[in-house]
Amino acid sequence: MSSAVYTLAALASLAAAAVGGHGVLGGTWTLAIPWLLPFGGAALAMDRLSGLFLAVVALTALPVSLYAIAYDRDTRGGRGAYLTFLGTMALVPLAANALTFLVVWELMSLASWLLVARQRGAARAAWVYALMTHAGFACLLVGMLLLGARTGSFSFAGWRVASPALDPLARDVVFALLALGFAGKAGVIPLHVWLPLAHPAAPSHVSALMSGVMVKLGVYGLLRVSLDWLGGGPPWWGVVILVAGTLSALLGVLYALVAHDLKRLLAFHTIENVGIILIGLGAALVFAPVGARELAALALVAALYHTANHASFKALLFLGAGSVLHATGTRNMEEMGGLVKRMPWTAACFLVGSVAIAGLPPLNGFVSEWLTFQALLQNLSVPRPALNLVFALALAGLALTAGLAAACFVKAFGISFLALPRSAEAAHAREVPALMRAGMVVLVVACAALGLGATLVVPTLSAVVADLTGGAPVPIALIGGGTMRVSDAFASVSMLAVAAALGAALLVLVVAVRLAGASTCPRVSDTWGCGRIVQTARMEYTAMAFSNPFKRVFDFLYRSRKRLEVDVHPESRFFVRSIAYQSPTRSLVDDWLYAPIMTALRRAAATAQAIQSGSANLYLAYILAALVFMLVLG
Amino acid sequence: MTSLVLGGALQVVVVALGAPLVVGLTRWLKARLVSRRGPSPWQPYRDLVKLLGKEPVISSTSSWIFRFTPYLLAASMLTAALVVPVITSRPALGFAGNAILLMALFLLGTFFLALAGLDAGSAFGGMGSSREVAVAALAEPTVIVAIFALAMRADTIDLGGVVERLGLEPSLAFNPGHLLAFAAFFIVMLAETGRLPVDNPATHLELTMIHEAMALEYSGRYLALVEWASGMKLFLFMTLLANLFVPWGVPMALGPAAVAFSLPALAAKLIALSVALALLETAVAKLRLFRVPELLAGSFALALLSVMAVFLVR
Repeated sequence: MSSAVYTLAALASLAAAAVGGHGVLGGTWTLAIPWLLPFGGAALAMDRLSGLFLAVVALTALPVSLYAIAYDRDTRGGRGAYLTFLGTMALVPLAANALTFLVVWELMSLASWLLVARQRGAARAAWVYALMTHAGFACLLVGMLLLGARTGSFSFAGWRVASPALDPLARDVVFALLALGFAGKAGVIPLHVWLPLAHPAAPSHVSALMSGVMVKLGVYGLLRVSLDWLGGGPPWWGVVILVAGTLSALLGVLYALVAHDLKRLLAFHTIENVGIILIGLGAALVFAPVGARELAALALVAALYHTANHASFKALLFLGAGSVLHATGTRNMEEMGGLVKRMPWTAACFLVGSVAIAGLPPLNGFVSEWLTFQALLQNLSVPRPALNLVFALALAGLALTAGLAAACFVKAFGISFLALPRSAEAAHAREVPALMRAGMVVLVVACAALGLGATLVVPTLSAVVADLTGGAPVPIALIGGGTMRVSDAFASVSMLAVAAALGAALLVLVVAVRLAGASTCPRVSDTWGCGRIVQTARMEYTAMAFSNPFKRVFDFLYRSRKRLEVDVHPESRFFVRSIAYQSPTRSLVDDWLYAPIMTALRRAAATAQAIQSGSANLYLAYILAALVFMLVLG
Repeated sequence: MTSLVLGGALQVVVVALGAPLVVGLTRWLKARLVSRRGPSPWQPYRDLVKLLGKEPVISSTSSWIFRFTPYLLAASMLTAALVVPVITSRPALGFAGNAILLMALFLLGTFFLALAGLDAGSAFGGMGSSREVAVAALAEPTVIVAIFALAMRADTIDLGGVVERLGLEPSLAFNPGHLLAFAAFFIVMLAETGRLPVDNPATHLELTMIHEAMALEYSGRYLALVEWASGMKLFLFMTLLANLFVPWGVPMALGPAAVAFSLPALAAKLIALSVALALLETAVAKLRLFRVPELLAGSFALALLSVMAVFLVR
């Protein structure tokens, strides 16, 4: 039964990918079902941007559904929610009027909420998720109603025509409301609090979709509202998004460094990568209104490229984490280790995902980060020193993010998969079934193809971007040999040449070392250990120890408190019986933003308690008073 | 096409063969500065040949990552040798990458070496890995902002392009902002190649080493590859510093005459930098590990000042 559902989902994804691909290549169509919904009926429309996001949703859902056939065999229920989740995610980018959009958006949130809430021990995650997603929904609702009232239309096409004539204040308010709603779904800091709770709690194939695809629909919304519905805005919109993106990228990766739950770590990296996407989008929104339209187009290509890339490697990594969870029953990295020998396929796939997300050549993460760097580096063509300084800091933030991401994935892969197993479960782990491996391998191929085939991806994305920027040409020239040249002679890159050079160098080295006479078989022996007798997993470096230098350096951010409890023998304090060491970190956003809000809410609730006695008669009197008040007011 | 391939091959040969000499020369200079006789500058070649012939010992705990890493590390440095303008400002793979690709190639090597450090399951390796990636990550912002400062002056981040542009306009190269960028880049070089005061390449004292701790489990041909690759990294960083900040004597096209000129020019610049490095390493003590971020923050400030200087001194 369950395998039939997931097979169906995979087939439907394949069909949806074809529809999306048709849209990306320029196919447009509209579909209206007037009787289905009030206020303009249900309406769908396809353009290049919608097609791109539909294709990203579908092409991620395909391997994930394949994986789920084997992964989610033994649980019961939740299949309907999964199908609804997939279906609504595919419909969000196609919606063509406000009500259709809001309905599928809310259904998508509810379906994903259901998939999280069904899990044991996910009560808190489900609560926070429900609260945050509905706060975001409220922002979207108010923003869309406001825009609809001002333009007299609820169809997106109507907004496109009427919004440039609106007064600037109304445009700013609408932008702020809609951006808040979409940024919440995208997991932008400080609206991210639900994400590291909900994504790890969901079953791994659902986590892959939530992290790989659902947050991207928040990015889709941001793209639509800023560039399409409102048709661009003042530079400060871009500066706000650029700063929010940089902060999300940096704080996301910094929190990931101290997370030792593998899926939670990946969830924090989603926040980081959405930040990188928003750096591209923010740069485009700064460039467009100050006349640098070509640079805006370049930054948008980078943002869209990173969107597709992140979907591929984040889904891959979550599926890898799911395989580890499946084999060892734990998400705690401190209980893993040694899996590279017991699960070679999973380890190799996870390694590819790690290299890709760390932005290392020759895989896809490098290409989109490289393009983002190029867009930012050319900011000098906007001759405003204040903006240039913002860009310089964004550059530094992005570079630090890239470095820290590499560090974090050394930890994620090194501690989870290498050295000796740290628990009995890890020692007896077995490789996952073939279908789960197949799902991961498909995504590995996607990571490699998006990296090596950069010169095929860029023209497609350029066409998408041309729709959004009113036809500004993207300053990327393809000059053969897989080479793309940015802004004439500013910079160029060829992933094919880099990959070929790396491969050739590897080959030459292996042959040369053989020829140099070093063909003796290595002797296998113990790890060097200063004279200790046996080596156990307890002597290995732990994830916590690995992240300690970062904890020291960024202490102002983590504000960790050391807790050391040493239990000694009553006879002599030199005989230690046990040592417990803890160094929990705190979240700045929780402490400074949400804690005060919660305190204020509690205080308000306590004040309101005074008028609540529990007597129905009194409540009826309140209602009457309120009614009279309203009538008088009216 | 043929000249491109020949030029590329020549660059790789220069980097591959020159790297041990730069390491040996710096060591010899350091020894002379403290009145020791020191091993001859050619000693690293003898070490490498000896290591290549020895039987390697690998830990039973380790996996294929451990054996694959030395090859990948050396391969990424050889690829980097095709990107950096070493003896010509139009290197063979100049079209395929630029400063950002170069940094990513170095980071690729660091990434795998750090994994290999964890692979043997010893606490030393883990300690080295964790510290190395911390230092590498904290050095990244300085690199990119220094690149930005260069790009602002030369209108390109293509490494060869920067060299050509600055070579033609000496006023850009003697700009105070450019010198600040040089200082920032120099500190990054110390951090990235594991030199004093960030890391001591001569120590095997467990608690202070960074790079050596990661490579502790390596022996035989694997150690030879790792050491050779670290030498190439130092060579490439020095070449980059030399050619970006003293952009003369780097011909655009390669011919016998051009090579006869550019090789000695490169040698002179590298010897000058080796002397500077040896003097510095003799004069300063190693920083405590948790003071290293302060040094890197300082270098970041220098790079940022270099950017600001563009607005003031154009």
